[in-house]
Amino acid sequence: MSLEFSTWLAALLTLCIFSFLYKDNPFYKFAEHLFVGISAGYWLCYNYWNMVKPNLIDNLCEHEWRYLLPAVLSAFMLMRLVPKIGWLSRWPIAFMVGSGAGLMIITYLQTNFLQQIRNTLVSLDPAGQPWYVVFDSLLLFAGVVSGLVYFFFSKAHTGVTGGVARVGVVFLMVCFGASFGYTVMARISLLIGRMYFLMHEWLGLV
Amino acid sequence: MPRLRSNLRLLSPGLSPAFVFSFLIVLFALCGTAYSQVEAFDAPPAPATNVVLKDAPDDEGGAITIYWTLSADDAGGAMDVVGYEIRRSEVPHGPFETVKSVPRGSSEAADETDLENDVNYFYQVVVKDVSSETPSAVAGPIQAKVQWFNLGRLNTLIVTSIYIGLLLYFILHAKKGTNLFIRRIAGLDALDEAVGRATEMGKPILYVPGISTISDVATIASINILSGVARTVAEYDTRIIVPNYDPIVMTVAQEVVREGFLAAGKPDAYNEQDVFYVTTNQFAFVAAVDGIMVRERPATNLFIGMFFAESLILAETGASTGAIQIAGTDAVAQLPFFIAACDYTLIGEELYAASAYLSRAPLLMGSLKGQDWMKIFLIGCILIGIVTLLFDYEGFKNLFETPLMIFRQ
Repeated sequence: MSLEFSTWLAALLTLCIFSFLYKDNPFYKFAEHLFVGISAGYWLCYNYWNMVKPNLIDNLCEHEWRYLLPAVLSAFMLMRLVPKIGWLSRWPIAFMVGSGAGLMIITYLQTNFLQQIRNTLVSLDPAGQPWYVVFDSLLLFAGVVSGLVYFFFSKAHTGVTGGVARVGVVFLMVCFGASFGYTVMARISLLIGRMYFLMHEWLGLV
Repeated sequence: MPRLRSNLRLLSPGLSPAFVFSFLIVLFALCGTAYSQVEAFDAPPAPATNVVLKDAPDDEGGAITIYWTLSADDAGGAMDVVGYEIRRSEVPHGPFETVKSVPRGSSEAADETDLENDVNYFYQVVVKDVSSETPSAVAGPIQAKVQWFNLGRLNTLIVTSIYIGLLLYFILHAKKGTNLFIRRIAGLDALDEAVGRATEMGKPILYVPGISTISDVATIASINILSGVARTVAEYDTRIIVPNYDPIVMTVAQEVVREGFLAAGKPDAYNEQDVFYVTTNQFAFVAAVDGIMVRERPATNLFIGMFFAESLILAETGASTGAIQIAGTDAVAQLPFFIAACDYTLIGEELYAASAYLSRAPLLMGSLKGQDWMKIFLIGCILIGIVTLLFDYEGFKNLFETPLMIFRQ
């Protein structure tokens, strides 16, 4: 069994969080409030030392006056604390949303559109390739097209469109099922990691 | 001669002098050949030839590409080349400094070391073997330049133009009052039902706008949906709780909820304390939201936005409290968990369509129609591409290459 205070603290807080599996209780509330408070404080310090200081304050100290613009926009965000001029905070928000969406559209079109098309364009010619490769390519083609039809909102899912959309849903669900199994395995490994901490580092049983 | 014969007998008693003489001749010949090869090994390698300099394409300057023909001792000959050094100077007569080294067999290299744009540079390619080196003729001058247009992204420009053209066309069409049809989306139809249920039960609604930043498309879509939900909630006189992971998202959420209450004619019912910041730590945020779910017992939980590993923890806790749950995300890895644990799930594109579906605003309806036509364009491209590949024509497929190589050649 560990004799370190930090290991005991971590183990007891882990048990406090696990106690939520039974029901909400004062131990869980204590761990939750401690976790939230510490993390909020930590991220405040982290953001100051890793974002504000190196990216803004240091540059202003080196007389890089172009950084005054983000400094002013940041100050506008704080104007929310003054109700009369709180509307100024909309400017930096508009700047962030607009620039974020504008920059993302290029990335999205390149990865979700151009690259998607390119990777879907596979030869269906049975000559010169094994049957299972052709079958695989056919599945890819059918999955992409039927999936796209499912996400077509301008036509009701009836008749042929409805039939193709249903095939699309089947493809989506198979994909989600595979993804579910894969991700659950990753989560189980997280649980194993925590149990190992309790059994090995804390109690020394394994 | 008799003396030589007697000396040979002394060297090899028992062998005929003629044999010993012949043996020595062969031995000397072999030694001579070996010596000449050692001489060749020590000789400096043949130089690299045809050194060509080019400004690196489609960049912001600061890079020059150097091409050359391999040394005769690299591709063949003595085969003793160990590598090439790229040397640079701002004047043709030097001194030259080494800026890059590449292994044998390389016939090009990119120099990106402290290059200034619009400055003349001269280069030498130096072939090196174990003990010596041979510089090529000096090549240059060359300047690194800024390209204002990235030809490698021409296909992206074309697709973006088509997309924006379609959006503008349908937005104008919608603004003229044309009735644009949108199919039923079950998850969104359930929103009114979910808000009504909370009102009947006298319990609040929990809205989690994901754990990403405001620049994320899923967060923007979530905020659009929150706008409609806030208005409905205000009309029904129900309380809405919005815990936030990101402080900027919280600021936007406060604005949106306030406007929702204002639009419903109930600005006094808005409580800013109900739209609050929790923490920017993923699992601490989840612990807090789980606590809210079991203590406040909201009748409806809405998880809409970008989610990561916390999705199943949130959805499972919500399900255990008996709340009706509607989720929406474009995170493919998290969708299975929401589908398993929530009553309705908005899958990917449905999340983006939601704001248009709920508000029926011409701007959003037009943009949704534009997206639909873009999907038709995409299906068309795939069909044409498949047919062209059946005829062994790769040109159409290459149009979607990133970067577009045909303009580089």
